[in-house]
Amino acid sequence: MPAPLDTTEKIAAYAHPDRLVSTDWLAEHLGDENVVVVESDEDVLLYETGHIPGAVKVDWHTDLNDPDLRDYLDGKGFAELLGAKGISRDTTVVLYGDKNNWWAAYSAWVFTLFGHEDVRLLDGGRGKWIAEGRETTTDVPTPEPVEYPVVERDDVTIRAFKEDVLAHLGKGPLVDIRSPQEFTGERLHIPDYPEEGVLRGGHIPTARNVPWATAVAEDGTYKSRAELEAIYQEGGLGLSTDDDVVTYCRIGERSSHTWFALTYLLGFDKVRNYDGSWTEWGNAVRVPIVKGDQPGEVPAHLS
Amino acid sequence: MSEHTTTADETLPEALAALRDDFLAVPERDRLQLLLEISRELPDLPERYANAPGMLERIEECQSPVRAFAEVGDDDVVHFYATAPEEAPTTRGFASILAQGLSGLTSAQVLAVPDDFPFMIGLTRAVSPLRMNGMSGMLTRAKRQVREQIAARA
Repeated sequence: MPAPLDTTEKIAAYAHPDRLVSTDWLAEHLGDENVVVVESDEDVLLYETGHIPGAVKVDWHTDLNDPDLRDYLDGKGFAELLGAKGISRDTTVVLYGDKNNWWAAYSAWVFTLFGHEDVRLLDGGRGKWIAEGRETTTDVPTPEPVEYPVVERDDVTIRAFKEDVLAHLGKGPLVDIRSPQEFTGERLHIPDYPEEGVLRGGHIPTARNVPWATAVAEDGTYKSRAELEAIYQEGGLGLSTDDDVVTYCRIGERSSHTWFALTYLLGFDKVRNYDGSWTEWGNAVRVPIVKGDQPGEVPAHLS
Repeated sequence: MSEHTTTADETLPEALAALRDDFLAVPERDRLQLLLEISRELPDLPERYANAPGMLERIEECQSPVRAFAEVGDDDVVHFYATAPEEAPTTRGFASILAQGLSGLTSAQVLAVPDDFPFMIGLTRAVSPLRMNGMSGMLTRAKRQVREQIAARA
């Protein structure tokens, strides 16, 4: 049985109020039988320094990726991972993490590729939980392993590959959620800084730039539904909920945060995250880019 | 071993070799814990940097902000200083390894540290290659800073 919903006014107003919970809600439901709290961070050691009591760790890089395929793990790998964490197919999973939930949202997206039904994000993530002085522990739980079914990954509904994006050009909106400097191509590379290594700076033709943080309030929570509508829909970007939207960033984590907002908070029917993102597009052979602050046109041979 | 072979042991300064050996001596799953312990040993900045953080290079984007500087003393001895937020323990761990491993070396020894040292310490799988790039970046920057200071004196 899924855990009860967070009925606070802000969350109830979202299109899918069953996808977000507040820190108050989580504090009340920690230890509920069918709830498993999962931490996913950018920093691979952060969980070890202290986490929400009972939370297990799932690392996007080391747990959810297949190192040889350059892809996510398969249905069998996912079943083993979740089963070992004590997560059954009908478990309510509450994800949270550092950096405004970037990686938690990315994990939520991967869980959704496998159709895990009840995946929720903790609004405000790890930062808000800590800022509120709530309890943390370094005790690592040892969950009783459970059976998780082997489910084939769905790479169509919420995932876009490079070929899908090429076919999408000129047919539907593209939202580039990177910083304006990355969008224009002004910033390609930070000297000596670790990054994914991209040959060209700019954006995918026709993409509009709405940096991910636009969707976030000062305390790291998502903005209210009305505020989000003003950003992405009428009066803002002008998208409508039946648009076929593709989001991307540099490696797909920040755009998962926006995928989540468009899909679950605003109720868009079809949002795909292009997880290859700029790291792939900026390096791909015979793939067009646009520099500068304008979305640009689809090249004639592709339209 | 042929005399043409240069092993890591021959090229790594003592402190870096010891750190590497510490990591390789424990099973992979315990290496994260060791990195966490080392992250807690990152020394505080000396006052002249703590009071003027602008002297440290700051880099920030997708990954955690870190400020670091490799300082070459008048005696040609290098000190590596770094600071990163508490909520970035991995970055602190990388910085702490370099602070322990580079500080006290001569500038020539620092410049001779293999660029792929971060990939010699058995963390790549546990931490992820992309994250290990963070430490490579830190090392690359440290070497550049050392080169710049030497050039400025010449």
